[in-house]
Amino acid sequence: MAKTIAQEFKKGLWDEIPPFRLVLGLCPVLAVTTTAENGLGMGLATTFVLVCSNLLVSLLRNNIPPRIRVPCFIIIIATFVIMVELLMQAFAYGLFLNLGIFIPLIVVNCVVLGRAEAFASKNKVLPSLADGLGIGIGFTMSLGVLGAVRESLGTGMISGVEVFGSSFEPFEFMVQAPGAFVALGLLLCIMNIIGKK
Amino acid sequence: MGDITVLIISSIFINNIILAQYLGACPFVGTSKKMETAIGMAGAVVFVLTLAGTITWVINTYFLVALEIEFLRTIAFIMIIASLVQFVEMFLKKSIPSLYAGLGIFLPLITTNCAVMGVALLNVQDELTFLTAIIRSIAFAVGFGLALILFAGVRERVNLGRTPGPLKDTSIGLVTAGMLAMAFIGFQGMV
Repeated sequence: MAKTIAQEFKKGLWDEIPPFRLVLGLCPVLAVTTTAENGLGMGLATTFVLVCSNLLVSLLRNNIPPRIRVPCFIIIIATFVIMVELLMQAFAYGLFLNLGIFIPLIVVNCVVLGRAEAFASKNKVLPSLADGLGIGIGFTMSLGVLGAVRESLGTGMISGVEVFGSSFEPFEFMVQAPGAFVALGLLLCIMNIIGKK
Repeated sequence: MGDITVLIISSIFINNIILAQYLGACPFVGTSKKMETAIGMAGAVVFVLTLAGTITWVINTYFLVALEIEFLRTIAFIMIIASLVQFVEMFLKKSIPSLYAGLGIFLPLITTNCAVMGVALLNVQDELTFLTAIIRSIAFAVGFGLALILFAGVRERVNLGRTPGPLKDTSIGLVTAGMLAMAFIGFQGMV
């Protein structure tokens, strides 16, 4: 219990970074990372839900009966997901169309429910906030990196800027479904190599 | 009749729910280490997905759309799925204990399986009729089971070989899944 708030925040950025260290929430990771921009947008939406639901679950943790805690968490999460959905429809309509059904699917993202269950329901408000923010930012970074790798290899550009010069022949494979699995697997391998040192 | 055949084949192979639509990837990676667990999970998903696809279609058409409260769709669907899973679990425990023993531990996990929620949302998005919605739910579920069982078989073999340290386990598993997805792209020429 001696962990400080800063430590709770920092662990989400490397030690427990989803989806690499915690293999959870894979669907959005694979589906929306065809471009770096979509990946970051999805990451931010998930961060918002994660922070808000962690906050509310932590505030209510002494009032939720343990036996029905999971349905309670799901309702809290679903409420914030609907908020994100409506907000994106109003202010980021292009992104909303790109992400499609993966915005309502944040509700079944195991990272969010996992943090509510494993952390926020047992800890005070401030550490829970820090935990939600850390894991959320870690998730956003992973999605952004994976999106950038797939977009640059698959189309030769990131947000319209050519990365490898005009003679580069793009691997179309990387922006299709198989590329998502392979890219994630190889990134995980690189993480393992770096983590070992 | 021809349309339905095309719908079934394209839902199982071409638009395979995991390998082409990226739904249900967590249980795909999580329960594919052993053949036994893969078969259990596949069975449970076929069961729940068919029921959930049917019930969410009915609720959406006669309740959410009729009362013009579509913005509550997310919360309504997740509550339906969660209570359905709970109900199926209690029903099986009481009446078919042998099946419950086989599927038991996988049932609660299905609540957070994006495949179930995803199919419910896709059925609404594509404005299917009742019959096609049911058929497509079943076909997607079969596709899920097929991909999961194939993947578990490959993964068991891969884990017998000697993989380089950093690639072990999940990492090589994901690369294998990529190869499998590539094979499924080959089905695109079928229809």
